Amino acid sequence: MIGGSRPRAVRTSAVVTVPETQPAPFRRDRSRGILGGVCAGLGPRAGVDPLVLRMGFVLAAAAGGVGVALYVLCWALIPAGDGGGRPLVARAVGRRESWMVASGLVFLVLAVLLLFRAWGVWVGDAIVWPLILATGGGALIWRQSQGATVVEPPPRERARPGGGAGRPRRTLRLARPSLGIVALGAALICGGALVFLWLNGALDLDREVTLAVFVVVTAMTLILAPFWLRLARGLTEERAERIRTQERAELAAHLHDSVLQTLALMQKRADEPREVAALARRQERELRAWLNAGSRRRDGSSLATALEAAVAEIEDAHGVPVELVAVGDRPLDERAEALVAATREAVLNAVKFAPDAAISVYAEVNGERAEVFVRDRGPGFDLDAIPPDRRGLRESVLGRMERHGGRAAIHTRPGEGTEVELVMSG
Amino acid sequence: MTLPRVVLVDDHGLFRAGVRAELDGLVDVVGDVGTVGEAIDCIVASEPDVVLLDVQMPEGGGAEVIRGVAPRRPAVRFLALSVSDAPEDVISIIRAGARGYVTKTISGPELADAVRRVAGGDAVFSPRLAGFVLDAFAGREDAAPAVADPELDQLTAREREVLRHIARGYLYKEIALRLGISAKTVEAHVSAVLRKLQLSNRHELSRWAVQRGWVE
Repeated sequence: MIGGSRPRAVRTSAVVTVPETQPAPFRRDRSRGILGGVCAGLGPRAGVDPLVLRMGFVLAAAAGGVGVALYVLCWALIPAGDGGGRPLVARAVGRRESWMVASGLVFLVLAVLLLFRAWGVWVGDAIVWPLILATGGGALIWRQSQGATVVEPPPRERARPGGGAGRPRRTLRLARPSLGIVALGAALICGGALVFLWLNGALDLDREVTLAVFVVVTAMTLILAPFWLRLARGLTEERAERIRTQERAELAAHLHDSVLQTLALMQKRADEPREVAALARRQERELRAWLNAGSRRRDGSSLATALEAAVAEIEDAHGVPVELVAVGDRPLDERAEALVAATREAVLNAVKFAPDAAISVYAEVNGERAEVFVRDRGPGFDLDAIPPDRRGLRESVLGRMERHGGRAAIHTRPGEGTEVELVMSG
Repeated sequence: MTLPRVVLVDDHGLFRAGVRAELDGLVDVVGDVGTVGEAIDCIVASEPDVVLLDVQMPEGGGAEVIRGVAPRRPAVRFLALSVSDAPEDVISIIRAGARGYVTKTISGPELADAVRRVAGGDAVFSPRLAGFVLDAFAGREDAAPAVADPELDQLTAREREVLRHIARGYLYKEIALRLGISAKTVEAHVSAVLRKLQLSNRHELSRWAVQRGWVE
């Protein structure tokens, strides 16, 4: 805060010098400020240490409250700078222990005021106390009304507008000014006004006039309150509606990009059933992934996600459905990657030798042990009849697993399908 | 052998017609309805052996149908048939009392087979459902929690083995062959798992679901 005469001088100088020496317009510096960033913004412009300005404001405040009025005026008139960050007080109040900080501040201010009073730098009880009450109340109300603009719904709910289960969750969280704080602010302002009237003798002078004013004000409040409430509620509804519209647009855009495109493709290729089935399968997978985006934990790369990706790729490339069931999960390290690669080879092998049979992949992670079973219901084969020099399963699956400290086994008999068992322990 | 009598409940008319056509001659479809209210009336009136039940419908879905019918016709059995493979749907309909859960991509003969098994009092687990159950009961052997009814909160080694085979894509009779037990015993294990899934008060199941963000 600064001295009473300074801000005006600075303001005029700012107006004059802006076009020439300093191209940047005058702004409050919120990130380095204490209360509103006025002094932090003014100081560098005027070439003065903000601390000097702050002391000036405090002195001016003590001298009849002029400093307070000037500061509030500057706060209201000077726009905040572009930089993010919040002033010291806002940061302190925004913290979890805000009530302790608030009461601490109150006592600090009281102490300073009493000090000034004791020193005789004082305008008089009749002005200062009511003013402080009213300022406190006003600050509370203004703070609340500014905080009410946060309307972004949580990202999780935006991610799954339909909800995985088709039960749309429309819990819109509108930041609403909490009534308690606003009421407290209003009570402080009213109290300040009453104390002012009482200390200045206005209440004693003419009780009838006071009563009349009180009745009129109450009546006005009663009359206007419903309008205010309706206005506030209308705004809330409008906001909710806007968010709903946004969600609908998001959903429509997604469906248009994915499902409608696929349907169009399928109509064009209606003569190729295999292609159509593959398209449908792929679209189904994508839509499921999208719907479940919020409910399944898919953070980073894990064994289960890697398996999912590998299976999806094979489904796309070969147009065969592969059912994957995964129980448990683990991070994707080198050994898990080897397991995924071996699984991919086994599935590809199943696709090659049992092209029209159902393929299931079951993965289970239990502590250090990871197992994958790839099963097809194809013709099966005689394991001993395979020439030892044929790479295929032997090299790409068995060899790969053994190199990484795992093992693999093939269970098959003609007519009974094939199952490849992959085990990685430790 | 008489065909099992089936009522089909699904809010999707086209889908009902398709399933009807696929099941033609394999089971006796005595009714198909599209809303929860109609379904309750129809099932109470016709007393089918099995109800093929969609999970997601307006006005409460399949679970609401089970709640409406069960007190009045306790002999009627339910088999859930859904496009959803989301765990919360699977678990909630099983907990409501369905004897099994299959997805809509299942073939006609397989569906008819599942209906026959449910009509005979058995449970029907798809590979995915088996996976969910294993996941939900995972890590229970070593970390035995202090619960009121430990028997309901754990799977036996044999039940676990059967479920793993189902998840691996084996049919009941193949499982029986591999484990050297009778098909009836496999079915008994699956029914026991279903009972545990439905009855245990399952703070473990709840914890499992909460961890994955499926229930609040």
